Amino acid sequence: MKYLLKIWRQRDKDTSGCFRTYAYEACSETTTVAAALSELNEREVLSDIDGNVTDKVIWECSCLQKKCGACAMLINGKPCLACDARLSDYKNGRLTLEPLRKFPLVADLMSDRQIIFENLKKMQLWSESELLADDRSNSVMYEASRCLQCGCCLEVCPNFSAGEGFFGMSAMVPSSRLLAVMKDASADILRKQYAKFIFDGCGRSLACRNICPAGIDIEGLMSRSNAAALWKCFFKLRR
Amino acid sequence: MKKKGIYSDSHMKVDHRKVPSVNIIGAGLVGLSAALALSRMGIPCRLISPMPSERAQSVMAEGGINAALDTMGENDTPYDHYEDTMRGGVYLADPNAVWALCSRAPETVGLLLSLGAALRTENDRPVLRNFGGQKKKRTAYAKSSTGKILMTALTDAVRRYEAEGLVKRYSHHRLHSLCIRNGECLGAEVADLHSRVITELKGSVILASGGMNSLFPGLTTGSAVNTGDVTALAFVSGAELADLEFIQYHPTTFPIAGKRCLISEAARGEGGRLFALRNGKPWYFMQEKHPVLGDLSPRDVVSREIELVRNDKGCGGKVFLDMTGLEDYVWKNRLSDLREECIRYLRRDPATYPVEVSPGIHYFMGGINVDEHHRTNIAGLYAAGECACQYHGANRLGGNSMLGAVFGGQVAAESAASELSEKNTGEKEAGSLPPDEVMQPVGVRKEAAKLLRDSLGIFRSGKKLEAAADKIPELIGAEDSTLQRNRLRLGQAVLLSALNRRESRGAHTRTDYPETDDEHYRKTTVAVFDRNEVKISFRDIPEKRGGAG
Repeated sequence: MKYLLKIWRQRDKDTSGCFRTYAYEACSETTTVAAALSELNEREVLSDIDGNVTDKVIWECSCLQKKCGACAMLINGKPCLACDARLSDYKNGRLTLEPLRKFPLVADLMSDRQIIFENLKKMQLWSESELLADDRSNSVMYEASRCLQCGCCLEVCPNFSAGEGFFGMSAMVPSSRLLAVMKDASADILRKQYAKFIFDGCGRSLACRNICPAGIDIEGLMSRSNAAALWKCFFKLRR
Repeated sequence: MKKKGIYSDSHMKVDHRKVPSVNIIGAGLVGLSAALALSRMGIPCRLISPMPSERAQSVMAEGGINAALDTMGENDTPYDHYEDTMRGGVYLADPNAVWALCSRAPETVGLLLSLGAALRTENDRPVLRNFGGQKKKRTAYAKSSTGKILMTALTDAVRRYEAEGLVKRYSHHRLHSLCIRNGECLGAEVADLHSRVITELKGSVILASGGMNSLFPGLTTGSAVNTGDVTALAFVSGAELADLEFIQYHPTTFPIAGKRCLISEAARGEGGRLFALRNGKPWYFMQEKHPVLGDLSPRDVVSREIELVRNDKGCGGKVFLDMTGLEDYVWKNRLSDLREECIRYLRRDPATYPVEVSPGIHYFMGGINVDEHHRTNIAGLYAAGECACQYHGANRLGGNSMLGAVFGGQVAAESAASELSEKNTGEKEAGSLPPDEVMQPVGVRKEAAKLLRDSLGIFRSGKKLEAAADKIPELIGAEDSTLQRNRLRLGQAVLLSALNRRESRGAHTRTDYPETDDEHYRKTTVAVFDRNEVKISFRDIPEKRGGAG
């Protein structure tokens, strides 16, 4: 099966970019966008369909099986993992690949998602004391530990802008792990940070629903974390 | 661990340019474990990796982590763990290092639990599962996503020290070169993959960069980032490598786009069975041929048997993993992620249909030669985890890799801390990376890949190994990329190690030398790069000390 891959090409953040289209022939039904990009880069000479010789496509990949979130990009406008996107699922054989647009561009399909990790630091997402998962908290902590920090949920969020005060679900999910068991003074700090950087800024658009490549139950975790960070304290105060 | 470092009171103002700082290359389990250990000692470190920890190969680790916690009432002890590990590795591992690993394993897993690692519990105690090569339940787990769960706990714990300034992250940075003078490692040059600026970072170096997947492009279960380029660079810079011929083929994998996908040993630990169709009927060959451990025999044994059965014309060339007998409770609580993965990639539910499997390259037991303190032959240079040769001997037991990574990272950190040089400090810009070197090829070129693949399978012959080893210098001569030349030298070292070990042991099976020869080869294979040549020798394994085991 032949495909046309329209790929965003931009040498670096200071130069302008454009789309270039590459022809690609997949050898199997299961070929993914990630495999196609790897094979394009293995060509001795990489030329687009107009015959222009271009540099290798810059993109990120690591696990190639949906476990690390490195290859998140926009495919036909939707944020997803290139290793999870099968070419054969795009029926007309045309795919448009772009970098995630909510983050500063590095080059081609690589964007700088460092802000995600900086936000976790600002959240003070750690515990000063021992944390012990017990039977009750185990399933929540497990679910919350699965976040890939890929940024797909942030890409679709109408409230998230890199560098601004709402940190989005990529901060909410890991917060849930700690809020499930934290009891000491650092829990109070985290609750306040949670209210400030997550709860207050979330517009409840639910755009992030069903976008998580890991299939994390975002709504379930958020309702639990809202309870742990806000409502339980609220009712405690009222009593 | 109590803070005892000289910077513990002033780390809010740590300036990594002015104080001794340990450079850690890799931010997976080893790197995080080392960073945490150093931080708790109050010693600054730089955590250098091409991608954030969330993208490290460690997040892919599945089945579990071993420790004789004895929560299942089987009278398990660290000594049992030690014996299983030594026997599984066919007595090639350093017994003192293995004893340290196993005797401190409960403490290591205890540390992870104290960080809130969501390992499965019942009655608030970790549940343990069966794993290969062990008769007792010893493997703590989180479904089949144990690596991801441990990584999240460690990443959160290290974040605190990042915020305090003790840990300085160099994400999107790759090791460019090691600064070695007169047999001492004084620092590392790292390249920023975003700005392309190369910076020299003074200080000792802990290598934590994983296995050598670039030698077998598309044929391993590991990450595309773990190319082995750091190992190759260390090798050509003078670091000894050891036991490179021991490459673990995991028995149960299947091909997906660009790589092999693993079905965790947990599938067999929970009751999955291997079979082939013989005369139209299922033949559970592992249970028949290995009645004691059956499907949970060590991985080298299972992979060899699968390969023999696949080559048996009466069995149709196929082997299946039958998980259809597992109870719903097991699928739901212990293997739900494994099931989802099978459905996603194979489009078949393993609870209903047996899955066709074949062995795939999963782990490199060999690597950078280290002593039990994780010191290399170069002062100031340490290595731990899959990039190092430690703990696993000729064959690694499932559940011991994450343990070896977390524990090895701690030990390497302790060694680096005890040998910290107060004078060796500083950072300076050292050039820039050419634009076309930002993206690197994931593997060696096709001809070399074919040579390595064909000669370093589960069954090996001297003839093929020799022919491949003879061909490599020619490929090196024709190669214009330094990166690929280094990879070829690494490949050559693997081939020559395999060629020179004229016996069969663990994951190294020679058709021309089928017997195990303790007299000549219960030794460590050592590869050095000397005057543009790869040289192989054999070195005695350390004697077991009185207190060990």
